[in-house]
Amino acid sequence: MSSTKFILGLFEDPDEMMDGITLLQQNSIPIYDVYTPMPIHGIEAKLGIKDSRLGYASFMFGCLGGTIIFSIIYYALVHDWPMNIGGKPAFSVPDFIPLTFEWTVLYTAFGTVATFFFATHLFPGRTARVMDLRATNDRFVIAIDAKGNTPHEDITNLLKEAGAVEVKHNDRKYVSYE
Amino acid sequence: MSSHHESIIREPLITGDNITYAKITEDILAPVERMPGRAWWIGFTVASLGATLWLFAVSYTFWYGIGSWGLNKTIGWAWDITGFVWWVGIGHAGTLISAILLLFRQKWRNSINRSAEAMTIFAVICAASYIVAHMGRPWMALYSLPVPNQYGSLWVNFNSPLIWDVFAISTYFSVSLVFWYTGLLPDIATIRDRAEGLRRRVYSVMSFGWTGSVKTWQRFETVSLILAGISTPLVLSVHSIVSMDFATSLEPGWHTTIFPPYFVAGAIFSGFAMVQTLLLVTRKVMGLENYITMFHIEAMNKIIILTGSIVMVAYSTEFFIAYYSQVEYEQYAFLNRYFGPYWWASWSMFCCNCVIPQVLWFKKVRRSIPATWVLSIIINIGMWFERFVIIVTSLHRDFLPSSWAMFYPTWIDISVFIGSIGVFFTCFLLFIRVLPAIAIAEVKLILKGSSEQEKKKILADGHTDPAQAEFYKDALRKFDSIEIAEYEKV
Repeated sequence: MSSTKFILGLFEDPDEMMDGITLLQQNSIPIYDVYTPMPIHGIEAKLGIKDSRLGYASFMFGCLGGTIIFSIIYYALVHDWPMNIGGKPAFSVPDFIPLTFEWTVLYTAFGTVATFFFATHLFPGRTARVMDLRATNDRFVIAIDAKGNTPHEDITNLLKEAGAVEVKHNDRKYVSYE
Repeated sequence: MSSHHESIIREPLITGDNITYAKITEDILAPVERMPGRAWWIGFTVASLGATLWLFAVSYTFWYGIGSWGLNKTIGWAWDITGFVWWVGIGHAGTLISAILLLFRQKWRNSINRSAEAMTIFAVICAASYIVAHMGRPWMALYSLPVPNQYGSLWVNFNSPLIWDVFAISTYFSVSLVFWYTGLLPDIATIRDRAEGLRRRVYSVMSFGWTGSVKTWQRFETVSLILAGISTPLVLSVHSIVSMDFATSLEPGWHTTIFPPYFVAGAIFSGFAMVQTLLLVTRKVMGLENYITMFHIEAMNKIIILTGSIVMVAYSTEFFIAYYSQVEYEQYAFLNRYFGPYWWASWSMFCCNCVIPQVLWFKKVRRSIPATWVLSIIINIGMWFERFVIIVTSLHRDFLPSSWAMFYPTWIDISVFIGSIGVFFTCFLLFIRVLPAIAIAEVKLILKGSSEQEKKKILADGHTDPAQAEFYKDALRKFDSIEIAEYEKV
């Protein structure tokens, strides 16, 4: 029994990596994940990854921010301490718009980013789960779970055929741990 | 897909031969990964001396009070608010580049957005410091926030543009910071994975555990797009609100409806000038000529001439409307502005912002690095004068001639201003030492489509329309980073 946990196909060209994905898919080999130094457009469709739902979260946070500040202003200027400014109405909606807008933007920004960090498990000090150190530099890495996907030589050959410059058989899932 | 080739007639965004993904990383991270050179140390020494001056002058202000400035009871706002508006304006170009150009899919933004956004953040820090300094007692800043208090609660006046400004500037700063830092994550991860020891640990904490998996990138791009979408109206709102600090008053010279668009155009104008000031030097000193090319410089110069012309139209419109309004105070304010005791400030403003930048209509000037740099300094000076003119010349003579006065800056006023420039450059110089000055991942994204080497291959294949190929080769002549002789044989 081989001790290989993950097979990594390292490509130096994003298009060759995409060919590699196609080839693996044609041979019914499931892909664990793909690590790239830059976003690859069109890869989500290829891997069958659903659209991000972050936009919905952003919208909700925006509504929340706008509502909160509008309520604060309403409470302060209309309910708690109405002022007589030249006999004009205390509930002067046009004057409320700039701040409502600002907090809509503020909450959208912070809410979107917080949701992104939460969903992706990003936070300060998190140990990076890196499979190959060059995946943030100049290698486009296809990772394949070695368990159950045999024979490993076939996978290696497929990756090589697609143009992988290197194929790694890693005994550890992540190389970034001390 | 990344292999999508764009039309040959578009100028390349990355020049040079043998640019690989690894080389992009090496080139951009070189200043971060090696010891700084002499140019950096000289710059840093001068800048930090300036920052020290700022620290001293602001401390002096807090110790002795606002009386140490040249303000008087007629001119209650002078160099401080001038400096505030000037810095906020400078910040606007960063957001324009990072947000608006992203929405317009302008790929050339990819190599300048990072440093422009950093510039935004440092400029807004400088701007905010003026507001806090002007409070004299900085802890009073608390009362600009709607916090419950023992006076009732007595709330802030939410109808006042000054309070809108507190919200607008703080939102602008924090949203810009979040946008900038999120964009930095993949690049910090790149540094992390190349570093060793303590350095690796520090960058590891800062990288938030970035891996670059498919889902991460997908969400990252969604976040970028959403943040760009909301930053675009935000940046327009910020300077509009800053302008309302003036426009909603009854002061002749301030009380005009043209202010919001006029201020926004001026902000972008001065911001791009500051981007040129910084990047022309950065590109040279850090050897980034292949990424920040002549195309970028010329494109920014085109934006400068456009926004500069909008500003000129705004000046003229203001002048005309003052006449047309038949309000004698308004008319006097504008005649006094250009022909009164502050004529030199107004004409400096008009020359620096409207007359001199017209030379940018000439290709030769747009493509000359020394000329662009000198112009960018002139525009920075001109835009400082614009704010000075709007604020001080309007205030110094209004309705009551018995209250007319002049403003004379004290050495503290001058030190705070010069010091704030020192703070700005100290921050910027530290930034280019510890973080990549160009968004590495975003530049890699355009390597396969928009680089000179790819386009050269297309030319070598010979399937292009000869007229288009000729047009392309001709366009390459302006680049200082391309050896045009190589193209004679292709």
